[in-house]
Order: sequence, then structure tokens, then C-alpha cells
Amino acid sequence: MTKKFEEFPTWKEMPVGLVVFAPPVNGPNPHYKTGTFRTLRPVTDPAKCNKDGLCWLYCPDSCRSSDAETLFAVNLDYCKGCGVCAEVCPTKAISMINELEFKE
Amino acid sequence: MSWEKLEIRTLKDAPKDEYFVAGHRTCQGCGPALACKLIAKAAGPRAVVITATGCMYVANCSYNTTPWAIPWMHAQLGGIGSAVCGAAAAYKAMMRKGKLKKEEIHVIGLAGDGGAADIGLSGISGAMLSGEDHLIITYDNESYANTGVQASSLTPWGAWTTFTPPGKMLRLGNVRVKKDLPKMIAAGHPNVRYVATASTSFPFDLMTKVRKGLAVKGPAFLQVHTPCPKGWKFSPELTVRIGRLAVETGMWTLYEIEDGQFKLSYKPPKRKPVSEYLKLQGRFAHLREPDYRYIQEQVDAACKQLGID
Repeated sequence: MTKKFEEFPTWKEMPVGLVVFAPPVNGPNPHYKTGTFRTLRPVTDPAKCNKDGLCWLYCPDSCRSSDAETLFAVNLDYCKGCGVCAEVCPTKAISMINELEFKE
Repeated sequence: MSWEKLEIRTLKDAPKDEYFVAGHRTCQGCGPALACKLIAKAAGPRAVVITATGCMYVANCSYNTTPWAIPWMHAQLGGIGSAVCGAAAAYKAMMRKGKLKKEEIHVIGLAGDGGAADIGLSGISGAMLSGEDHLIITYDNESYANTGVQASSLTPWGAWTTFTPPGKMLRLGNVRVKKDLPKMIAAGHPNVRYVATASTSFPFDLMTKVRKGLAVKGPAFLQVHTPCPKGWKFSPELTVRIGRLAVETGMWTLYEIEDGQFKLSYKPPKRKPVSEYLKLQGRFAHLREPDYRYIQEQVDAACKQLGID
């Protein structure tokens, strides 16, 4: 759909240089999903988890929720499956499972 | 100060909000991305980040998107010092003239080891002399990892990079010794009140140092050791373990120089042999037993000088 000439911003309204709009605080960047990087998926065992939150702190992709009640739920649209959370977990509650074993 | 506490000691003190959010193009298990996340978390919402060209600019800010939820700007590879210094001076001037509300704004400059230790070194030196209130952070992944792992002046002795491939003519990879950037900044700029080193594997220490660097009036400098799975050739889940081993073996030391006073932040109770750290990484795979002994001697001497042993 083409815009009319009057709808375009004037030179006074035009931002200087290349301006990129920031994503919301805590919310993921909606324009760049990185879930397709993943070959292994982190799965938390609720029986072993002691809810210390090290997985949330050490996640390089900031894709874990800070909520301990959801066992620091992973946002699977963004998790790259690096396995850092499974490595730093002191109780070894997180296991990395092959993505092909999941249906969805 | 805009934070409740200066020091972060436990997970309960760590701020919950993320200002470096999910959705960036860094590799699996990226150490610099973890550093960025912790820096943004510690600095809080009233921070402005300027990044020089490098991994943390190119991989993060893919066309028209950014993971920074706080104001962010790109500076040229050699221009981190002047950009940070200029931004800090501009905020001061605009507040003086009444164009902005008077408040505390933290200006952070983020540069890779190439952008800080090689190309941008003169700019950083100038910014350190300027006296403006800012913090320059170097994330040290020991190579130009963004362009395909070329040797920088912070690449350690013996490491493989695409510029220093080990082979028949030259058995060792890099034959240059790693530059001691934080000591250089501290020795050459006596007016700088805070110079420190940190590691991503010690997140509370790193976050505390970011806050301390921002809290002092005038320029401050922080160098963060960030393991790079692609450039150092190790499996991505080992990022945190390798960073911790670097400190526990003495290959990397955590200290701070506050008003000229040197203080060790972490002293390993019993230092591990360096081969434990080197053998986990593919970039040191060509080294042999005499090379391990040579590196061990160098590390022992350095640790003795710093007072770790």
C-alpha cells in the first residue's frame, strides 16, 4: 500500500541517522528470534531443582524467567541450547535433551 | 546513586530486570553476551551504552533490531574513547544549560579487546585523561572474534588464531605475550580513580565492580575476561567453567586498583596447574609438555608478583 505524500514525515519530524527502536525491558526483542539455533533443549527436573536461580543468572541469552515458581521457565523462541544452565546447576537438575524427541 | 546497594554479594541482591534482552545473534554460550547482560543488569535503567565495532555491536544489532532496552549508540572501532568522553561531556553541558533534567546518568563505553587494546588505545588514553564521568569496559575474548578469530595484542602466548596458525615452519601459534592493559591504564593515568579486572564466571564480583566504576567521580576502566566458544574452540556449555578455571589457575587475576591502592578481589585457595585450563581448549591443542611448563613458570612468576602465592 503506497502512502500519500502528506503522510510521510517532514524533515523536522525525521529522526537523525539510523534510529533503532529499543525492545521493552525484560521482554524479548520481537524482531530477532533465535530458537532455531537450538539442537538440544534444557529440561528441568522439578524434584531435583533447589530454585537457587543460577541458571537464570548465567544464561547468556537472558531467555530464562526470574520466577522461581515456574522453575525459571525457558523462552523456547529464544533459547539457543548452549547448555550453560545445565553445566552451572549445582544439583544437576537440568538435562539437555535432543530436539528431535519433542513433537512440537 | 540510583541503586539501593553498591555491592552485590548474593543472588537476592542481583537486580531482577534485564536491560540486555533475549533476541541477539551471538553464538551459543557466548561469554561477551553474558558480560553485557550482567553489566546492563548492574548499571540499571539510568545508563547509556556506547559500543565500538566488535562482536557486541555486529552480532547484537542486526539490521533494525537491538537487544538493548536502554539507550545505545554505535561508535567507530577506534572511536570508543572520544565517543564516551563526548557523550559524558554533552550530558553535563545540557544539564547545566537546563535542556535536560538534572539527574545521574551513567555513561558506559563497551569495546572488544581489539577496539580497546589495539585500535582504540589512544582514544581510551585521551578519555582517561579527560576527567569526564564515564566507565570504559573491555570485554576481553583474546582475539578479533567478530571478523573470524584474528590475533590481537591480548591473545595469549601459544594460542591458535587464523593469523597465527601453528604448522611446520612455526610450531607455536602466537609468539607474542599478552598485553597488560589494566596495569597500563593504571600506571599511565594517575588521575584515574578506579581500574579493575573481572570475569563473567564471577558475576557478583563483576556487577559490584561495574557499580563501583560508575559510582566514582571521573573516568574508570574495567577489563572483563569473557571466554569465546568459537574463537577458543571449546564446547559452548563450558563457557562458565573455563572462565572459572582461568582464575583458579592464575592465567587471569581479579583485582581492583582504587585510588592507587592495589587489592586482590579473589585469591584461589590452591592454584590448579595451567594444563587443566589449556587442555580444555582447541586453540592450545598443538602445545606439548615443555610449553605447558613454560606457561606454568610465567604464570607462577606473575602470581608471585601480584601476591597470590
